[in-house]
Amino acid sequence: MEKAIKKYFPVFALPTLVAFTIGFIVPFIMGIYLSFCEFTTVTDAKFVGLKNYLRVFSDPTFMHALWFTALFTIVSVLTINVFAFVIAMLLTKGIKGTNFFRTVFFMPNLIGGIVLGYIWQILLNGILGHFGRTLTYSSSYGFWGLIILMNWQQVGYMMIIYIAGIQNIPGELIEAAKMDGASDWQLLKSVTIPMVMPSITICTFLTLTNSFKLFDQNLALTAGEPSNNSQMLALNIFETFYGRTGWEGVGQAKAVIFFIIVAVIALAQNRLTRTKEVQQ
Amino acid sequence: MAKKVKENNEVSAVRRSKHGGVLTVFFSLLTVFYLYPIFLVLINSFKKKGFITKNAFALPDERSFTGLSNFIRGIEKTNFFQAFGYSVLITVGSVAVIILCTSMCAWYITRVHNKVNATIYMLCLFSMIVPFQMVMFTLSKLANMMHLSNPVGIILVYLGFGAGLAVFMFCGFVKSIPIEIEEAAMIDGCTPIQTFFQVVFPIMKPTAITVAILQAMWIWNDYLLPYLVLDIKKYKTIPIVIQYLKGGYGAVDWGTMMAMLVLAIVPIVVFYVACQKYIIEGVVAGAVKG
Repeated sequence: MEKAIKKYFPVFALPTLVAFTIGFIVPFIMGIYLSFCEFTTVTDAKFVGLKNYLRVFSDPTFMHALWFTALFTIVSVLTINVFAFVIAMLLTKGIKGTNFFRTVFFMPNLIGGIVLGYIWQILLNGILGHFGRTLTYSSSYGFWGLIILMNWQQVGYMMIIYIAGIQNIPGELIEAAKMDGASDWQLLKSVTIPMVMPSITICTFLTLTNSFKLFDQNLALTAGEPSNNSQMLALNIFETFYGRTGWEGVGQAKAVIFFIIVAVIALAQNRLTRTKEVQQ
Repeated sequence: MAKKVKENNEVSAVRRSKHGGVLTVFFSLLTVFYLYPIFLVLINSFKKKGFITKNAFALPDERSFTGLSNFIRGIEKTNFFQAFGYSVLITVGSVAVIILCTSMCAWYITRVHNKVNATIYMLCLFSMIVPFQMVMFTLSKLANMMHLSNPVGIILVYLGFGAGLAVFMFCGFVKSIPIEIEEAAMIDGCTPIQTFFQVVFPIMKPTAITVAILQAMWIWNDYLLPYLVLDIKKYKTIPIVIQYLKGGYGAVDWGTMMAMLVLAIVPIVVFYVACQKYIIEGVVAGAVKG
């Protein structure tokens, strides 16, 4: 059978392969190469070695954005996952209206980042207005504004995944633990959490990469104001490319560094939590 | 799976704690808090722009109420319905093309074992961890050079950049299909194309729905890729229109902004209420496989 299918390569695999080459492989390889070049469009590249990378590390806005993004990622991953897990635990107790609550909490996920940013801008500025401030008064307002926004958006998504994980725990396992006299805390610590470890792996992975790569919400909520202090990495890279002339090569070098950080985080996180999973 | 979940629900319903009533009240309050931001945008969309920034929380009254004028002004300024049309065209077109092409590709590279196909699979996995910023500049320049800066061309770009996740998810599913079914079809005289469309694709339907939902959520809301790839003097999608309203540095017309936010949210909410069962199941299935 394999032989018969093999001849059909142009029908089955070629269209995707062509698009994948145009949409990913070529831009990726060109991106790596251009990070060592000075250029304004892709056709006038001049090789300059590591110069762009040296300029990245002497750019204070990049280092600030890196720090801001790292801090934001840690806080948002923790808060989103804790809230999502707690809500999932409470919503699997069979209370009235469970399905309705689940539907409502998930909804913000379908609204795009740009729209979300402006929704929260009007709300948070409305509150801060009473104190004579705005979101762009200081970067810590922008920081916590983004944390609130991301929690509102993502708790529902992660909750859905945790609920599926909790519902997959065999009822007998919980009954057995209860018969052995396990307290609620022991039940949570020794049965529930180990059993939902696959969900925890997925949710931390998703929140980690979403937070680290955040762009739309950052652009719409504060656009990096005041004076780039609430700018995250993705926005910093965008501004370097399109906001400053002569910095395209530096922007590309920043993008390569950004890619390496994202890849390292993703692989490390995956390895770390996978080892904690138990076989069912 | 669904049956098991239901049984578990019943078990937990039996275990229903005595605090059930308290929890219902707590979650009802939380629901109000969750829906409030959307409600706020809705009430402000009917207020004159000066009143929005003055006190966003006040309900419209006879002094601040302006009827539909924010909507009319916003639609004229942004050509909203055209943007809506482009958003629908790009999302529906891209999702359809992604489903068709990547499911065929995934079946082919899973069934035919050679080095090339193994490499394609690894590259797809790899592309999933590459952030868009890495390719954003080169991809947009390449798309311009190849005349893909229009709503049809961008579909090819979405197929290329979205292929990684889709191929990965379809491959995972194809591995679980018993090969005997396909062999039987081929012995009965089906060509590989007939085998795929009459036997394999119908079995893949649940995975196809999951992939479609995940890709649609991404493409519909995507801002940066269409902003960079499309010729935005001619073609704007909904997120681009919203961001465009903010303009450069200057006073934002919050009246039109609120009205356009309402128009951007309403279709999604309607769609969500209509297909929420599939959306939530699709997300769970996607997370488990991803």
